[in-house]
Amino acid sequence: MDLLEYILGKSNYWASIVLMMIGLHAMISKNNLIKKLIGMSVFQTAIILFYVSSSAKRGAKIPIIHPHGDHADKADHAAEAGHHAADAVHHAIDATAYENPLPHVLMLTAIVVGVATLGLALAMVQKVYAAYGSIEEDEVLAAIAEATANGASISMPSPSDSPAQGDVSPS
Amino acid sequence: MKAFASILVVVLGAVLLHASKDFPLLGDAMSPANNHPVARHYIEETVNDTHVRNLVTAVLADYRGYDTMFETVVVFVAGIGILAVIGVPTARIRQNENLGSTRQFGVDSDLIILQTCRLIVPVLQLFALYVIAHGHHSPGGGFQGGVLFGASYILLALSGGLREALRRLSESLSFRLAAFGIVLYAGVGLLSMALGGNFLDYAVLDRLLPGDVAMARSHSMLIVEAGVGFTVTTILFVIYANLATRGNLEDGL
Repeated sequence: MDLLEYILGKSNYWASIVLMMIGLHAMISKNNLIKKLIGMSVFQTAIILFYVSSSAKRGAKIPIIHPHGDHADKADHAAEAGHHAADAVHHAIDATAYENPLPHVLMLTAIVVGVATLGLALAMVQKVYAAYGSIEEDEVLAAIAEATANGASISMPSPSDSPAQGDVSPS
Repeated sequence: MKAFASILVVVLGAVLLHASKDFPLLGDAMSPANNHPVARHYIEETVNDTHVRNLVTAVLADYRGYDTMFETVVVFVAGIGILAVIGVPTARIRQNENLGSTRQFGVDSDLIILQTCRLIVPVLQLFALYVIAHGHHSPGGGFQGGVLFGASYILLALSGGLREALRRLSESLSFRLAAFGIVLYAGVGLLSMALGGNFLDYAVLDRLLPGDVAMARSHSMLIVEAGVGFTVTTILFVIYANLATRGNLEDGL
């Protein structure tokens, strides 16, 4: 029983470590830039899971304070007085009854910023594909080496090339 | 490279797994992270300080307001970066000319998809506004509501064509609204400085806002969350519109 408790108590760390290593492996060994980005996202998710799991408390509720003893909620409160009579006596909030909000806050912003930076990374990959015709790392590196060996500047498609119709004159 | 990666991953994973035996068990209320005075202060004092029941919102927008403001700036800068990396300048001029053209909503879409999305989009936007506005008392806030609102425009672009979505929320308007969101956030901070407090010290705003000091902090948080919502909504849509069309804003996906 003790062993089971130990395994369950540590399983969250093991899960994040395994996910983190999967992401790291993909970032190092994969040749395809998109697969590297997928690895980065998996790595990021592992960190997020690690933080969020550290905020858990056994038997605690989500970090939204229930309106105990609030005058406006007297009627609501009376309905469940049986359960919460003890809590209503003292107004002080018991810190062990609610989960730790701080990791949730940190990860909330990290998720949205992660989406925005992933979008920027995908845009860069699109640019690399437009310039070198490939998103395989070795092919891109070979193309760069060839271009520098020839002494020629890397031919980037200029923005005006992309629209097929040609010039646009704003009138 | 593959062998090196495998060895590194196995060794690093073994070290981390070994280290995990010193970590507190899952759900331990007395663990260092959960028992830290700061974490306890947030849980015990937030309602007295701010009248906000959702602790995550209060910590996000008030206690850690600097962090959130610059996270919002990071989102904005990512949007600018995408424009700088793959944006096609001439496409923007042409797009402004084409916007006036009369094109039927979703001519090349399937009827069932089109009608379903037409029903979903307004409900999704209303729910996004609810998530932003009710973030003080239930799960929600500026980031979550902003993502939902941005998703509604992406759904519009997926079902009715990108041009239709851009007609309703053009890219230049998107960036103006995104900048407005940050100005709104920083403006609340500068206003509290002008009234004699510190930057983003909402307590001094009780001279302008109704209610006591705690209510002033609650109301300021709502303004700040709305600013975050503006930025996240528009930048999310800009990211989609540029990635889906390789930056030329023609019909891509």
